Amino acid sequence: MDGAEAVFPDEMTWPAGDVGRVPFLAYTNPEFHKAELERFFYRDHWCYVGLEAEIPEPGDFIRTAVGERSVIVVRDDEGAINVVENVCAHRGVQFCRERHGNRLDQGFTCPYHQWKYTLQGDLRGVPFLRGLKRDGQVQGGMPPDFKTSDHGLNKLKVATRGGVIFASFDPDVESLEDFLGPEMLGYFDRLFDGRMLKILGYNRQRIPGNWKLMQENIKDPYHPGLLHTWFVTFGLWRADNKSELKMDAHHRHAAMISTRGQAAAAAPAEVTQVSSFKASMQLNDARFLDIVPEPWWKGPTAVMMTLFPSVILQQQVNSVSTRHIQPRGHGAFDFVWTHFGFEDDDEAMTQRRLRQANLFGPAGFVSADDGEVIELSQMGFEQKPFHRTVAELGGRDAADSDHMITETLIRGMYGYWRKVMGL
Amino acid sequence: MGGPDYAELCQLYARYAAALDAARWDEWPEFFVEDCLYKLIPRENHERGFPLATLMFESKGMLQDRVYGIRETLFHDPYYQRHVIGAPLIHAATAERITCEANYAVLRTKLSELPTVFSLGRYIDEVVVTDGGLKFASKLVVYDNELIANSIIYPI
Repeated sequence: MDGAEAVFPDEMTWPAGDVGRVPFLAYTNPEFHKAELERFFYRDHWCYVGLEAEIPEPGDFIRTAVGERSVIVVRDDEGAINVVENVCAHRGVQFCRERHGNRLDQGFTCPYHQWKYTLQGDLRGVPFLRGLKRDGQVQGGMPPDFKTSDHGLNKLKVATRGGVIFASFDPDVESLEDFLGPEMLGYFDRLFDGRMLKILGYNRQRIPGNWKLMQENIKDPYHPGLLHTWFVTFGLWRADNKSELKMDAHHRHAAMISTRGQAAAAAPAEVTQVSSFKASMQLNDARFLDIVPEPWWKGPTAVMMTLFPSVILQQQVNSVSTRHIQPRGHGAFDFVWTHFGFEDDDEAMTQRRLRQANLFGPAGFVSADDGEVIELSQMGFEQKPFHRTVAELGGRDAADSDHMITETLIRGMYGYWRKVMGL
Repeated sequence: MGGPDYAELCQLYARYAAALDAARWDEWPEFFVEDCLYKLIPRENHERGFPLATLMFESKGMLQDRVYGIRETLFHDPYYQRHVIGAPLIHAATAERITCEANYAVLRTKLSELPTVFSLGRYIDEVVVTDGGLKFASKLVVYDNELIANSIIYPI
C-alpha cells in the first residue's frame, strides 16, 4: 500500500536510467522549479517570444515573457528586432505595463525617475545626470565616472526564422538552427515557409498545473482518441491513422505527425476504445470540419511540435497557432495562443481557420479538456509527492516511432530533463 | 421607438440567465434565431480588431453541436454558474429589431470549492421579434478577463 514511506520526501529517488516513472516531486518541488527556470528557460535554450507579424512597423512592441521574466520585443527604427528585459537599470522597476503599442518617437521611459531608453535598450537620458546648478554651485548628479553606456536594459540574444522570434538570456547559446536540429527544422520550415503571417488574434488561459504537463500533453498521442472523444466522434482522430513520432537528437523537442484517414468510415471498437463513442453522430453544422487541404502540408493533416521548453507549434488541419508556455511558479502556467493565417489566404480560408479555432483554445472542443486534466494531474501530484507516474506505453526506452500507441516522447523528454537537472 | 417594450427585453435576459444557471443546455440554442451569430471574444481581440474568437458559432446548429459537446464529449470538472446581468442599454430599436448591450458577470462555484469570479464583460446584442417572442440574432460576449481561469465549458 502506498504511504508507508515519507509522504514529503527530502530527496527525489529515481532509479538510474529510468525515464518512464516520473516522480511526482518533479512537478511539486519549488526548488526544482527554480533550477528548471535557470537551466531550461534562462540558459542554453532559445525561448519563443512572438511573431514578427505582431510588430510589423518600426517602434511596434509587445510585452511578453521568457520563463517568468517579463521582456519587451520591439522593432527599432531600422527594422531590427530587439528583446530587452522589462526591468529598469536604475531601481529595478518593471516599467512597461502596456501589452502592445508603438514607441518609435518616445522610446521607453521608466515612470519612477524618467530614465529613458532607446528601442535597442540603450540608456539615453537620466534626469539630473550632471546635477542641478544653483547659485553657481552644482548640486548632486551622478558620480563623474557614471557612464550611461554602462546602464542599458538587459539585452537578450535574438534569432528569427520564418517570421518567428526567439530570444535567449544566454549570450553563448548555440544557433537556433543547431538548437532545433535538422529533423525539427524541417517541420518548422514546413509551417513557417517565408510567407508573411497574418495575426488572427489571441487566447489566454492560466492552467493550474506544472508547465511540463503541457509539453507532455503534446508529446502524448495516447490521450487524444481517449480524452478528446469529440475528435473520435467526428472522425478527426483515429489511433490507426498513419503517423510518425520524431525527436531531435537530445529528445527535448518532438513532432507528432499524422495523416487523417477516411473520416467517413466508422472505426471499429478495438480502434476507438472509447466507451462513449457514437458512430452514428453527425454534426448539425458541418462547417466546423470544412477542411480544405493546403499545398504546404505536403501530406500530413496534423503536425504538433513541442519545442522545449517554451512553445508548441500547432497545425491541426487548417488551424495554425503558436502556444506559448509561461510558467507561474511550479504549480501553474499561462498558456498564450496566437492564431494566425498567411498573407495569401483568401477570405474563405481566413473564415475556415477562425471556424476551426473552435476546436482549440481554452474553450475548444478538443483543448479545454487538456487544461482540465492537467489541473487534476497537479492535484494528484500534490497530495502524494512521494509517488510517481507510469509512462510505459510502448516500452521503457525512448526512440522515434511509426505509430501512436506509445508514450515514447514523454520518456525522451525526461531523459533530457534528468541529464540537464543532474537528477 | 415602437416595437417591443423594455420589460420584455429585460425578461429575455432574465430567462437567458435562468436557463444557463439551471444548466438547461437544450434551451440555450432556442434563445437564438436559426441564422444566428454567437461569439465569445476576449476584449483584447475585439478592441484591436482581431477576428479570432474563443468560440464562434454561426448557426443554431453550431450551438446545438456545442451542447452535444458539453454533454457527451468535453471532459470537465463540473461547476455551477451564476449569471448577473445588468439592465440592458438600448442603442437603437425598430418594430422588429433592438440593438443593445448589457454588462454581465458569471460567478463559478466548483463542487467543494469556494466561489470565484469566472467571467465578466458585456453582451453586445441584436435582438429580433419573432413569432416565438424575442430572440438573439447576434450575441457578442466580450470578456474582460482575457486570462481565462483554465477553461470555459458551459455557455456564457
